[in-house]
Amino acid sequence: MGRKLLLEKAHVEGIRTYDVYRREGGYRSVEKALKTMSPDAIVEEVKKSGLRGRGGAGFPAGMKWSFIAKPEGVPRHLVCNADESEPGTFKDRYLMEFIPHLLIEGLIVSSFALGSNDTYIYIRGEYAWIVDILEQAITEAKNNGWLGKNILGSGFDCNIHVQRGAGAYICGEETALIESLEGKRGNPRIKPPFPAIKGLWGRPTVVNNVETLAAVVPIINEGGEEYAKIGVGKSTGTKLISACGNINKPGVYEIDMTISVEEFIYSDEYCGGIANGKRLKACIPGGSSVPILPANLLLKTAKGETRYMNYESLSDGGFATGSMMGSGGFIVFDEDQCVVKNTYTLARFYRHESCGQCSPCREGTGWMEKILWNIETGKGKSSDIDLLWDIQRRIEGNTICPLGDAAAWPVAAAIRHFRDEFEWHVANPQESQLRNFGLAHYADDIHVPATV
Amino acid sequence: MSEQLFKVTIDNITIEVPAGTTILNAARKIGGDVTPPAMCYYSKLEGSGGKCRTCLVEVSKGSEKDPRPMPKLVASCRTTVMDGMEVKSATSPKVLDARAGVVEMLLINHPLDCPICDQAGECHLQDLSYEHGKNGTRYEFQRRTFHKVDLGDKIQLHMTRCILCYRCVFTADQLTETREHGVLDRGDHAQIATFIQKNLQNDFIGNVIDVCPVGALTDKTFRFKNRVWFTKPVDAHRNCSNPKCCGEVQLWMRGDEVFRVTARKDEWGEVKEASNGKTGWICNECRFDKKHTNDWVIEGPSHVNRHSVISQGHYEHLEKPQEFLPELMHRQPRLLMDIHSASEVNKPDIELSEIKGPAHSTDFNK
Repeated sequence: MGRKLLLEKAHVEGIRTYDVYRREGGYRSVEKALKTMSPDAIVEEVKKSGLRGRGGAGFPAGMKWSFIAKPEGVPRHLVCNADESEPGTFKDRYLMEFIPHLLIEGLIVSSFALGSNDTYIYIRGEYAWIVDILEQAITEAKNNGWLGKNILGSGFDCNIHVQRGAGAYICGEETALIESLEGKRGNPRIKPPFPAIKGLWGRPTVVNNVETLAAVVPIINEGGEEYAKIGVGKSTGTKLISACGNINKPGVYEIDMTISVEEFIYSDEYCGGIANGKRLKACIPGGSSVPILPANLLLKTAKGETRYMNYESLSDGGFATGSMMGSGGFIVFDEDQCVVKNTYTLARFYRHESCGQCSPCREGTGWMEKILWNIETGKGKSSDIDLLWDIQRRIEGNTICPLGDAAAWPVAAAIRHFRDEFEWHVANPQESQLRNFGLAHYADDIHVPATV
Repeated sequence: MSEQLFKVTIDNITIEVPAGTTILNAARKIGGDVTPPAMCYYSKLEGSGGKCRTCLVEVSKGSEKDPRPMPKLVASCRTTVMDGMEVKSATSPKVLDARAGVVEMLLINHPLDCPICDQAGECHLQDLSYEHGKNGTRYEFQRRTFHKVDLGDKIQLHMTRCILCYRCVFTADQLTETREHGVLDRGDHAQIATFIQKNLQNDFIGNVIDVCPVGALTDKTFRFKNRVWFTKPVDAHRNCSNPKCCGEVQLWMRGDEVFRVTARKDEWGEVKEASNGKTGWICNECRFDKKHTNDWVIEGPSHVNRHSVISQGHYEHLEKPQEFLPELMHRQPRLLMDIHSASEVNKPDIELSEIKGPAHSTDFNK
């Protein structure tokens, strides 16, 4: 049984209210931080913890904090990215819904560390009911002296504002989020300058994911070094995984990143195996934009080693044979699922969500969707598969923001690993409308070349 | 204090530019094939660029201090040079491949209606696809279409041709006081629009026509009147009462008739600095209402790049071919046009211009 840091108390009766949360030891980290630590010491502690951004890219949070510019007389801002819109990812929603005070607590400590007097939570527009939960929590925290002027007599003022998005996936990209928060169209900005220098209203800004900021609480309570002992290698601490798809127990799980992918899928503590006694075909381990892996490469790396649920192991083998931890949206496919259809669904999503600034992403995502629709409905040609490959290649890396990459990777990985299925669709246009390709060889052992 | 100069090498050509110059502007100083094409960047518009991705270049050496190459291709219009930077533009196969990809993407939803488009002949997308595009298309689907929209009585928006460069949005934002004009919707269904087809009345809004790299925003006073290569650009100026207007324009003439008035453009297709130091934007009055030669002080024919289709009229240095017929015939030849009046075959009393449609023998047998 792995250790839980974030969701340990999530199911205590009434934890959503301030009184229960405080009784269970909440807001200790704020007391510790504001009374005994300097902002720099907190940043140092977060650096020591090795905490990596939980939003998808996995950039070390302490490092990001240390980049923030501190010009004299210019306010700085912390922005909490709660625009969780990646298909398959719902961990932040769970955290904010069940234990909102944990996020508020993390935000106060982080705001103190960064010197942000006005901190924003930019929340996905569809999470309308969570806005109420968060605002309730903020009011309670304010009434009990954890927010507002001169918190705990430290001289530090802080207010937290909740801002709803209007339903755009692109606003989860930090610079688009900032634009949207400023009241503009949510187009990603061209970097540099990075938000740490010029962010919200041209002021130095740090944008962090909900889970990252919540993880600051145990780091301060237990110390960065203690936190770093959990997990393995550069994957320190615990990670929330939102598991969904054809599994017996979908839901949000907190793991300590030492368990194997196989254990995560099949153990009763976590996903509880594939639903209806079927077999595993494929999995997208980190949210819709990361590469899909067939069962054999998911459970074992190309070298034949066991694959673990952590940043390094999931990306072992690069994109050729690996994937990414991403935002922790773990989507499992059983043998009856069609990879072509899934790829089409994702392509349709990215076409719809592309902001339309850069030509490769704007035009390419629509093009890919149309071709995939043809293949899926039995009108594809064999040249379409190579064409898809060529289009995704020309989108990836050539755009302002990572949405272009996120749109290209799922298509690339599906073709890389499941080309047989695409070819079968093209070669059997009628049969492909009646039945699925099935498991085929995707769970077979991989041939491991002998190392010399 | 002297300005700090950075040494930058683009396609093995080294040049010194002031710190803060973008790679694209450094390349423009060198000129020629080294210069990456740019569809969305416009040096006179703050914040433009970075969107079309045609100007992608490879930075093979970051700077003298940090010689690591940049991992991705970068948009040269928005990346500033560092001292000792080495850039590959036309010499990098990666760049050429990406550029061809961008051109293909830009064209898949473009209607390619050049034969009926007023911009043909001075269209940046046409030039771009000639230089960097490929023959044929791999796109087999219906192209995106929009309805044509009139933005006021002088400008027409034909969104189907738009490549979403955002130049007109920046122009409207930066040249006019009120923001009435922006982008609606997202992705490949995004469109330039005024909110619920509001008219654009501002006195500087006509400049959006000049900045549009394609035929999406066209001058309704010129629409379908002529092909640009039949008209002759002539530099002219007038004393415009609008303080923001530079009053220096190009008249596009055919004979004595002024077909349209535009701002003067430099070799990169952007408006020129005027001689009085203003940026060369012109007001709507100069653009739409002054269509007579006596409204203007004519300076002389504009210089047009000899590769441009517009210069195919050779109007700049007109050399009339020597007439040798009068010498041989000892009289002026009868012009072919005059044959009707000289010949008795068709009845000369029938006025040809009054015949509707092509003339038939029946018209003369009445």
